[in-house]
Amino acid sequence: MALLEVKGLEVGYGGISAVRGIDLAVEEGELVALIGANGAGKTTTLKALAGMVPPSRGSVHYDGQSITRLPSYQLIRKGIALVPEGRGVFTRLTVEENLAMGAYIRDDRAGIRADLERIFGLFPRLKERRAQVAGTLSGGEQQMLAIGRAMMSRPRLLLLDEPSMGLAPLMVQKIFEVIDAISKDGVTILLVEQNAKLALQAAARGYVMESGEIVLADAADVLLASTQVRQAYLGE
Amino acid sequence: MDIFLQQLINGLTLGSVYAIVALGYTMVYGIIQLINFAHGEVVMVGAMVALTVIGALAKAVPGMPPFLIMGIAVACAVPVCMAVGYGMERIAYRPLRRAPRLAPLITAIGISIILQHLALLIFSRNPLSFPQILGNRMFEVAGAHISAVQIAIILGSVALMTGLTLLVYKTRLGIAMRATSENVQVAGLMGVNINRVISATFVIGAALGAIAGVMVGTYYGIAHYTMGAMLGLKAFSAAVLGGIGNLAGAMLGGILLGIVEALGAGYIGEFTDLCQVSWLAAGPLAERCADGGNFVLFGSNYQDVFAFFVLIIVLIFRPSGLLGERVSDRA
Ligand SMILES: Nc1ncnc2c1ncn2[C@@H]1O[C@H](COP(=O)(O)OP(=O)(O)O)[C@@H](O)[C@H]1O
Ligand SMILES: [Mg+2]
Repeated sequence: MALLEVKGLEVGYGGISAVRGIDLAVEEGELVALIGANGAGKTTTLKALAGMVPPSRGSVHYDGQSITRLPSYQLIRKGIALVPEGRGVFTRLTVEENLAMGAYIRDDRAGIRADLERIFGLFPRLKERRAQVAGTLSGGEQQMLAIGRAMMSRPRLLLLDEPSMGLAPLMVQKIFEVIDAISKDGVTILLVEQNAKLALQAAARGYVMESGEIVLADAADVLLASTQVRQAYLGE
Repeated sequence: MDIFLQQLINGLTLGSVYAIVALGYTMVYGIIQLINFAHGEVVMVGAMVALTVIGALAKAVPGMPPFLIMGIAVACAVPVCMAVGYGMERIAYRPLRRAPRLAPLITAIGISIILQHLALLIFSRNPLSFPQILGNRMFEVAGAHISAVQIAIILGSVALMTGLTLLVYKTRLGIAMRATSENVQVAGLMGVNINRVISATFVIGAALGAIAGVMVGTYYGIAHYTMGAMLGLKAFSAAVLGGIGNLAGAMLGGILLGIVEALGAGYIGEFTDLCQVSWLAAGPLAERCADGGNFVLFGSNYQDVFAFFVLIIVLIFRPSGLLGERVSDRA
């Protein structure tokens, strides 16, 4: 059984449905991309998986258990972490406090300290700015912080919502290197991106979402080669 | 006697109490953007519980050391107020978390009225004298007097403010509170149980309110079921003055308000004495002003007006309060 199994998921905002009965699965250790145009329902899907919005129908199973209506604060304890769209760093907290919030559910001090050093090793910029409030960081640094913060919870399933949004090309490349490294460490990743090409190059499999429904699901290289994807999402 | 220094001391005492109460308003506002108008009543409950305990102990155990009695009184008032604070959030505000903002605001006023009338039923409709067991030693400083009670109130407030600051900036709970106040949803993603943080905020604010209640009761020597209303309103003004949602702002606002109010009360009579205006004193008011007479427009009973006057002035020039952020930062 897959680590994450979504069946017939429907999510709406006050009667307007944003996700209309989607099925998707992510195997343990996999990196799966979820791509689609703006407004397709990608963020809503991730929010439902992370317990931020309740689904109106359907089921979500994680590690064999139903987690369909659990709130975020319980899901993170099961190992599901979301890096939200727009990063969601706590701008008035310092870099270090943001990372401490990432480790909020843990109490193994030594482990937390070791992970903190690991994150600082991955993102030396964050180490230099550890005592600064996060609001003073650049967009790219905030994205690093958001990813680092999620890693501080030692997730088993990492949900990433548009980590490349609004970043300079060099920073985008750096972020994707980090995503790759996290994936190689064995963390299961569901990656939402508008930058379909990068996402599909990083992922093993992909889903394509349109108007709240999944319209294509295949191996990433197959999607990359398909004319439908090329025309709609790669601008070719 | 030096009026200025004396009023400064009195103002600092009063301001310390305002600051402690203002913290309760500002903490709750910072987390859920609710103005908990019933917070003043929590202070009143604290004073009433302490008064009852002190009265009972002083009667039941003659010769018990006053400091011990005060300690026990505080130790009773604090948990009672914490329970009241927890209860009001749990019963009245939580069900309204997603309601339009006006609903919890009206509810807060309702809770105020309920608490006042419960106090009226349990205690008395009359002002109760707060047992003065500490004695009141006076010390002289540069021509002004400061009482032992004033010293205790000021030092106690400093200790509470320091403690709260450490809690909010250094502990796991405090960081979670600040994270929650900035972004509830993302705090939830981090594993923060929002309901617990909100409860903790109410409970901590209420504990501070309880101690403030014991302080004002001891300071003024009186307690009344309506005492929380004006005190609460002023402390709320202090919080707004400093920038609502901002801890340092509440402390600064409280102390400033206390000082302005005391200085105002000390000088307003002099400043609005028309006999100081020479052409009036020589002309139309000559009769009243003769032999050191006066014609005071506003006496020190206008003290209460000051708090609000200062509030209005500051808000005209700095709508977000002294230390508040620009309003646009808080969507
Ligand atoms: N908080 C909200 N309230 C109402 N409608 C929303 C809300 N968030 C998103 N939507 C709507 O849901 C649909 C899907 O949005 P979203 O999940 O953000 O898409 P994507 O992330 O793929 O761009 C859009 O039509 C959007 O307008
Ligand atoms: Mg989105």
